[in-house]
Amino acid sequence: MRWRAYGEHAALLDCDSLTQTIAAHAAVSSSRPAGIAELVPGARSLLVVETPGSDALAAVRDLLEQADLEHPPEGESREITLDVTYDGEDLELVARDAGVSIEDVVRLHTGAVYTVAFTGFAPGFGYLTGLPEPLRQPRLPSPRTRVPPGSVGIAGEFTGVYPRVSPGGWRLIGHTRAVLFDPRADPPALLSPGDRVRFRSAG
Amino acid sequence: MRALEVVRPGPLALVQDLGRPGYAHLGVPPSGALDVPALRLANRLVGNDEDAAGVECLFGGLSLRAKTSCTIAVTGPAVDVEVDGRAAGSHAPVWVAPGQVVTIGAPATGLRCYLAVSGGIAVDPELGSRSRDVLSEIGPAPLKAGDVLPLGTPSLPGGADVVLPTVAPASLVVPIEPGPRAHWFEDPAAGLAKTWTVTAESNRVGLRLDGPALTREAEYAEQELPSEGLLTGAVQVPPNGLPVVFLADHPTTGGYPVAAVVRRASLPALAQARPGTLLRFHSSTRVWNR
Repeated sequence: MRWRAYGEHAALLDCDSLTQTIAAHAAVSSSRPAGIAELVPGARSLLVVETPGSDALAAVRDLLEQADLEHPPEGESREITLDVTYDGEDLELVARDAGVSIEDVVRLHTGAVYTVAFTGFAPGFGYLTGLPEPLRQPRLPSPRTRVPPGSVGIAGEFTGVYPRVSPGGWRLIGHTRAVLFDPRADPPALLSPGDRVRFRSAG
Repeated sequence: MRALEVVRPGPLALVQDLGRPGYAHLGVPPSGALDVPALRLANRLVGNDEDAAGVECLFGGLSLRAKTSCTIAVTGPAVDVEVDGRAAGSHAPVWVAPGQVVTIGAPATGLRCYLAVSGGIAVDPELGSRSRDVLSEIGPAPLKAGDVLPLGTPSLPGGADVVLPTVAPASLVVPIEPGPRAHWFEDPAAGLAKTWTVTAESNRVGLRLDGPALTREAEYAEQELPSEGLLTGAVQVPPNGLPVVFLADHPTTGGYPVAAVVRRASLPALAQARPGTLLRFHSSTRVWNR
């Protein structure tokens, strides 16, 4: 783990693992020192942007030096359950590559508890970690030009839900009716870094 | 109702205020006026708070009809402003009567002019801002003919102000600081100090540059970067070696290395850099590869 310079008012914490990233984000967001303008977790990093004139970067450095980043805090995060209809276009492909039945894919996907590691790609698009090993599969060789909103997909070590119509290369296993992002709602995004997520089969 | 009606939007006219920072962790770009000092000045000239919403007008051509009496001001690069066909001038408050049409010409230099109107544009905010984010499509859609823009309650202008129009130069020297992945590149400061050309693919998401491609250090040649946070001014270098300087509507995370970061004070100049503008990055930092 090390800090890297990121211009005048920011620094990036390079983490050794996703677990460490989630722990660092949890540690900073739970005590949130004054003057943090943005706190943006990535897959192996945490970007801290300070308000010019504040000493938030120094405060975050001090805080993380004393934090236990090998054991993320338990129990403080929100838990969200998403009802999913497992009817995705790539369900058979996923089952075949995993060497299991379609029912097993559903059982595997609904059996795990996920953590929102970070967001990106589109507002409200959370990268959820905790995917069971057989479902860790590559993206499609060429992305779809139009993935409908609510589509539930998997790619690499992540699963996630497309908040709106967009192109996308994740393997699709189902869809949810949940609204993932609404800029006029408070909070605007259903999923925020650190949240825990379960999927439930809606039949 | 106090309002303006769009007669012609020109190439691209967007409602912008100071944006919606603070939501990057949800995947929401900061957005907001690219030339922040120009929008602030326009607002001061018409008696608004500096963070009121105005119109960011790409390459002029905007024409608006006042539905009520109001005061407008146009800032950014020097540009012709007409009221019902009569010259009114930029960088000064102009009183407009109901029914009169304000038209902004094409700026001689630069790209983006800002029109502020007394009371500010009062469309419904989203996530605390009225800015149009072209990447996420949050905020009011690009203006089109016939749109009616509601206005807020005006207050009195605060008096004299700095009213010098900016002149966007044909070449820029842009100060930078090292980025988090500077060590991925062979002598990044020297590479970035060469001459780059702003390309026509540039927009509010980023300034795309053409020039002598940066080379990665051998150890990072084939390396994949797990997605990490981005910020305005980040100079990201995709595998083709040609830098992209991210502007206000940038994605909040990305999977290509950021070699450098533009100093914040130089971002307004980038907002006015036309395609064809020559650009060199300059760094006073000695240690880049750590």
